[in-house]
Amino acid sequence: MTAPGNDTSASVQSSPTKSPGADLDRAGAQRAIAWRTTLQAVGMLPILIILGIAFELMSGRFFSFQNLSIVAQQASINTVLAAGMTFVILTGGIDLSVGSILAAAAMVAVIGSKIPEWGMIGIPAALLMGLALGLVNGALIAFARLPPFIVTLGSLTAVRGLARLLGSDTTQFNPQLPFAFIGNGTLFGVPWLVIIALLVVIISWFILRRTVLGVHIYAVGGNPDAARLTGIKVWAVLLFVYAMSGLASGLGGVMSAARLYAANGLQLGQSYELDAIAAVILGGTSFVGGIGSIWGTLIGALIIAVLSNGLILVGVSDIWQFIIKGFVIIGAVALDRYRLKGSART
Amino acid sequence: MSAQTPILEMRHISKTFPGVKALTDVSLQIYPGEIHALMGENGAGKSTLMKILSGAYQADAGGEIRIAGQLVVIDGPLTARQHGIATIYQELSLAPNLSVAENMLLGREHKTGPMIDRGSMEEACRSVLQRLGVHFKPSTKVSELSMAECQLVEIARALIANSRILVMDEPTTSLSSRETEALFALVRQLRAEGLAIIYISHRMAEIYELADRVTVLRDGSYVGTLDRSELSADRLVRMMVGRDLSSFYKKDHDAHGSRGKVILSVRRMGDGARVQDCSFDLHEGEVLGIAGLVGAGRTELARLIYGADLRTSGEVSLDGKPLSIRRPQDAIDSGLVYLTEDRKHLGLFLDLTVRENVNLSVLGRDARMGGVMDLRAAKDRAIAAIKALAIRVASEKVQVGTLSGGNQQKVLLSRLLETKPRVLILDEPTRGVDIGAKSEIYRLIDELARRGVGVIVISSELPEIVGVCDRVLVMREGRLAGEVGGPGNPPITQENIVAIATGMSEEAAA
Repeated sequence: MTAPGNDTSASVQSSPTKSPGADLDRAGAQRAIAWRTTLQAVGMLPILIILGIAFELMSGRFFSFQNLSIVAQQASINTVLAAGMTFVILTGGIDLSVGSILAAAAMVAVIGSKIPEWGMIGIPAALLMGLALGLVNGALIAFARLPPFIVTLGSLTAVRGLARLLGSDTTQFNPQLPFAFIGNGTLFGVPWLVIIALLVVIISWFILRRTVLGVHIYAVGGNPDAARLTGIKVWAVLLFVYAMSGLASGLGGVMSAARLYAANGLQLGQSYELDAIAAVILGGTSFVGGIGSIWGTLIGALIIAVLSNGLILVGVSDIWQFIIKGFVIIGAVALDRYRLKGSART
Repeated sequence: MSAQTPILEMRHISKTFPGVKALTDVSLQIYPGEIHALMGENGAGKSTLMKILSGAYQADAGGEIRIAGQLVVIDGPLTARQHGIATIYQELSLAPNLSVAENMLLGREHKTGPMIDRGSMEEACRSVLQRLGVHFKPSTKVSELSMAECQLVEIARALIANSRILVMDEPTTSLSSRETEALFALVRQLRAEGLAIIYISHRMAEIYELADRVTVLRDGSYVGTLDRSELSADRLVRMMVGRDLSSFYKKDHDAHGSRGKVILSVRRMGDGARVQDCSFDLHEGEVLGIAGLVGAGRTELARLIYGADLRTSGEVSLDGKPLSIRRPQDAIDSGLVYLTEDRKHLGLFLDLTVRENVNLSVLGRDARMGGVMDLRAAKDRAIAAIKALAIRVASEKVQVGTLSGGNQQKVLLSRLLETKPRVLILDEPTRGVDIGAKSEIYRLIDELARRGVGVIVISSELPEIVGVCDRVLVMREGRLAGEVGGPGNPPITQENIVAIATGMSEEAAA
């Protein structure tokens, strides 16, 4: 066989070890990485801003201080739940039980608040309730190796029952709730609900980005088999994330109870898990784990709150609010995938 | 043959990724009935070129692709298939839950009305499978097949689609030597039937055995094409790396270190099935090979020692002290680390950065206040590792998934080395790694042995075992069947190893 054309003999090129463009290419590559990192960090922020501007144009009231404060308060409980959910989804899991845990914790908070002189005990009691239920979820997933969807689907139902049982299936009131300031008070003009939500976000950021545990969470989500071979205690990571989600739900329960001066085991927190999951996914966290950030989750939770608030301001009926919200969630994520094509996976 | 029209011509193909030029003005001509090997280091652009051919990537404007003389535009995998181009990737792309016939005709199912016609599909597949000389049925589920058989299904799928150009990317990586022989026979048969085969491999032996012509790429550029008659190892290596590799295997450490102190001692290790009753010693500064056919239990033995799998019997002691290793973490804490053969699935975290991957095993040791990361230390470690192992990467903040195979392997090695191990078990340390990185890894093994670390090298590449190791244990069917090298043993040669691994030495003795 004769080799065709100019390839007849082996034309070994003289080998410059580095082409003159190599440094340029390297600078370009670094710029590309920086650009992509920025894009990923900014995430859904443009959507949030566009939504805000659109609602302002349509209603003329959206950007008033009073309204923004309402939006932030409306977003706060979902932000706390979604922060816990971010930990779970980063490991490739899911926690469907957050709404039910929130209800059970709120019941404990209100019942505890009625103890004379010791009413504040409602707060730690509710947090412990959430933590304990989260640990049960985590133990079943980490030790019994059951699928997270199944385990938390079960506890979604069982804990809902527990919440009803706690108050003998009645609504618990406490007009003299000792920690009512959490739900309705402000600190330097900023609602306590908002301060708590921001603190939760900052603590979550610190754990995820500044601690060893945080890297292990990303590692377990990205490649569980490799994590085990690397010597990471996968069980401890799983136990932690579900405990964290439970604790966040407990805190959500306290916030809810403080806002309402009451708790109801049947209705409170119904379908909150869906809003929390939507916030996490809107925030760009990968559903299979390993990729995502808490700031994205914050923006996701704000988008959901802005939509609810804005649609009411504009006067859209309750039914259409649901339909529009659903489409915005799908559309926003679709847009995100398109924008980061190639690098993103859900 | 020179009068023939090439079945495939790629001319002036360039491909630019953001910030990286992966291919620069590469041309390639393939004739029907030839096996054309494509060689080059990892990152040389072989995969990119083939992905352009198979429609996974689009080339930059200015290049052209001709099939049988006709200009074509390949804008997706579907058009590539329509033009008769089939690719068999390293990672097989079969659906394990479907049957062989369903996989072969995926997307082109036979139907009667809206109903799938399994009978007609299996009939069509049967004749192709017969042509390939395979013994499984079209109705067999793919999950029941071995790796080699899956590969045959991929080839059958290419044939049933009337492909004229077959791209095979490292097809023998996970095959035993017998399966490899069978594959070669088949590839030759396909050549005789007039198919053009583009064959990508790092293994020189395969290139010698199969290739009619060899094209070499380096750094995204075309270097040259050699005819079969012009092939020589020296020449190919020089074309691939741009320099001579006079001392490819480096053995500067004291080869008689094997008589030094015993570091690791393994006794009666077994899992009751794939590994049985394995006992051996590893000495300070020794490079000990474990050879054997695929499936002989080498990886399984290593995983038992490391605590990755449950053992039913066996003890491990390090420096004379018995260890209780129940999980990988115990082994790492004792100073025994294991490099997996499957770095993508069991080793690296592709979404995490180089910094995080390098530091993962030592984050806890560096941490302050019981778990807060020392970011400065992590960054310094990563930068030091990049320098020490010459990892080619723009910054330590790059995701590991974007690196080439050789660089990924170096990142994984860095992670192990950061733990300052006493014993390293390296499972296929140069699999899917280019020649340049290979020689660097050999140098690293030598350097570690010189510092007194005990190194165990598991490898399917016999020249590597022979070139790197001081002593070699040979496994057969889950047992240590023999030993070469070291005092009182036969010398380390490929022949001696193969004889023990296949059981021929015992037949000869009997």
